Amino acid sequence: MFELLGIPPQALFGQVLLGLINGSFYAILSLGLAVIFGLLNIINFAHGAQYMMGAFVAWMALNYLGLNYWFALVLAPIVVGAVGVVIERLLLKRISHLDHLYGLLLTFGLALIIQGLFRNQYGSSGLPYGIPPQLAGGQNLGFMFLPNYRAWVIVASLAVCLATWFLIEKTRLGAYLRAATENPTLTQAFGINVPLLVTLTYGFGVALAAFAGVLAAPVYSVNPNMGGDLIIVVFAVVVIGGMGSIMGAIVTGFALGLVEGLTKVFYPEASSTVIFVIMVLVLLVKPAGLFGRPA
Amino acid sequence: MKLRTFLATGALAALLASPAFAQQISVKAGVLNDRSGIYADLAGEGSVIAARMAVEDFKAAEKGIKVEIVSADHQNKPDVGSTIARQWYDQDGVDLILDVPTSSVALAVSQITKEKNKININSGAGASDLTGKACNANTIHWTYDTYALAQGTGGAMVKAGGDTWFFLTADYAFGHALERDATEIIKKAGGKVLGSVKTPFPGTDFSSFLLQAQASKAKVIGLANAGSDTTNAIKQAGEFGIVAGGQKLAGLLVFVSDVHALGLQAAQGLVLTESFYWDRDDQTRAWSQRFAKLNNGKMPTMVQAGVYAGFLHYLKAVEATKSKDTATVMAKMKEMPTDDPLFGKGSIRPNGRKMHDMYLYEVKKPSESKGEWDLYKQIAVLPAEQAFQPLAETGCPLVK
Repeated sequence: MFELLGIPPQALFGQVLLGLINGSFYAILSLGLAVIFGLLNIINFAHGAQYMMGAFVAWMALNYLGLNYWFALVLAPIVVGAVGVVIERLLLKRISHLDHLYGLLLTFGLALIIQGLFRNQYGSSGLPYGIPPQLAGGQNLGFMFLPNYRAWVIVASLAVCLATWFLIEKTRLGAYLRAATENPTLTQAFGINVPLLVTLTYGFGVALAAFAGVLAAPVYSVNPNMGGDLIIVVFAVVVIGGMGSIMGAIVTGFALGLVEGLTKVFYPEASSTVIFVIMVLVLLVKPAGLFGRPA
Repeated sequence: MKLRTFLATGALAALLASPAFAQQISVKAGVLNDRSGIYADLAGEGSVIAARMAVEDFKAAEKGIKVEIVSADHQNKPDVGSTIARQWYDQDGVDLILDVPTSSVALAVSQITKEKNKININSGAGASDLTGKACNANTIHWTYDTYALAQGTGGAMVKAGGDTWFFLTADYAFGHALERDATEIIKKAGGKVLGSVKTPFPGTDFSSFLLQAQASKAKVIGLANAGSDTTNAIKQAGEFGIVAGGQKLAGLLVFVSDVHALGLQAAQGLVLTESFYWDRDDQTRAWSQRFAKLNNGKMPTMVQAGVYAGFLHYLKAVEATKSKDTATVMAKMKEMPTDDPLFGKGSIRPNGRKMHDMYLYEVKKPSESKGEWDLYKQIAVLPAEQAFQPLAETGCPLVK
């Protein structure tokens, strides 16, 4: 049996797969950020808080309404997306003509408020949320035991990522959206309701975060800080992929999950920093990111 | 002449009437802990509530001691904690700092306390170094330490046949201390440590590390971490079929708030060591129910109980010595036996280690639990002398 740097190949396959699973969370989250930034020019720092809200809505649906995971998967994005719509209409719309930094500050403040409110109500140690019974158990792949739920996470996130890419890049609605970003005045002149498109896009980006939150609820602890810990990494993913690039966000999300997973095997202490090291290197060589078009 | 007598009598009367005559002492205590991060539930505002309850139960006002309590969030960062401690001691007139979970912050605050010659009664942190090689005459370590945890859970697991170990270690002072102390105890008991992996703190996904632990074929996977690191690891170990595959999990530091967060379904059967559990006897129950009313219905953790008991002991020493001079009060606290409703009778060693029994608990099955907070059953008591490191072995320079 050959070994690679002291790690048997079986173990390595397992780690690659785990990296991809974590990458799917990065991919959905960075996709939402990329959609919002690419089409609205808003740096949405509340994304982590919205991801956390998705997980909490799943928990609330189960405990207050008795609705299971599958309902939550549909319900949470709608509820949290609606909150996003309200935020866009009430707050973000008013600062859309200002510099990016104002949007960043506003959403960062919102994130702190939302996290604080949830912490006051539910505490910081988290809430229990089980794996849906249909996805309990796992498969023995020979080189590792793959829980069914993790397999579902990869499938679901890939499907959602590709559907979003298709929607924005290949459909008529996507074309309107891109036109509205490019030249809002002209697009409006063709009779397209641009402000409505903008609001719905923000709501959609937020809904993606909430969807990721529901996916995460059964495997990570559902607690108010779950998004805050993740959002910085996700921003690094978006920057590496190229701000605003849809495909860039998806590919980089999965790829960086993989890199992080491998770092956990070879030098675990660095696994929380490796993504930032890559970010620095990429910015030095390609300042617009791997998939970004230079401005 | 007459006027002078009049004034003198007046002044004397005023003196007699004023509380200053009864030598009023005012004490300012700072509760420094995590109020927003992963340890906010096991310490946080609950520790402040516990400190206030100590003042209330001590009836400080009737005894002529005026107590003020301030609190702050150290965010689990040594630099933030150090800045607050310095400001409290230098500018705000704080006499003692309570709690300080997160060992890296605790070690820094303990050093500053020594430098400023104030008092630090630590409840929340784990590193046994606080009363070991980093000990000082200004610090008392109240509730638990890594040695006692390792002795309790580690000792019990080895005795039950778990003689090969693999550690998942939180990559900071506490995790390192816990792994070190547990390794020593496992080796002493005839066990073997097959490997360990240092996980970034705080972490979310432990599956990769769990897989490495699984590949090691160790009988026991030791979790040398705390808070949501532990709950995430336990949750994911269940998911990856690690326990079903025959390996055992040893949560070396698990708080009642963690078990509550995990739920009994995921946590059942877990063996853990604590120095306090709310449902142990009538006194702890009565106190805990009062506490829960003030804390959104959440039962106290051992850390919060330790803040109460430690502060109570401090106030007793201030009353007995009628002074808040650091050396005087510290000497009195170490000389006087401790006695409180939560930890019972105990003492404080010269190195600052508070001595009390530790308890080995097992998490109940969902069918055995009668309520939201009915989580543990007691399986053994570790007498203080057995639980904590023998004084001569601590390496504390205060011990000759």
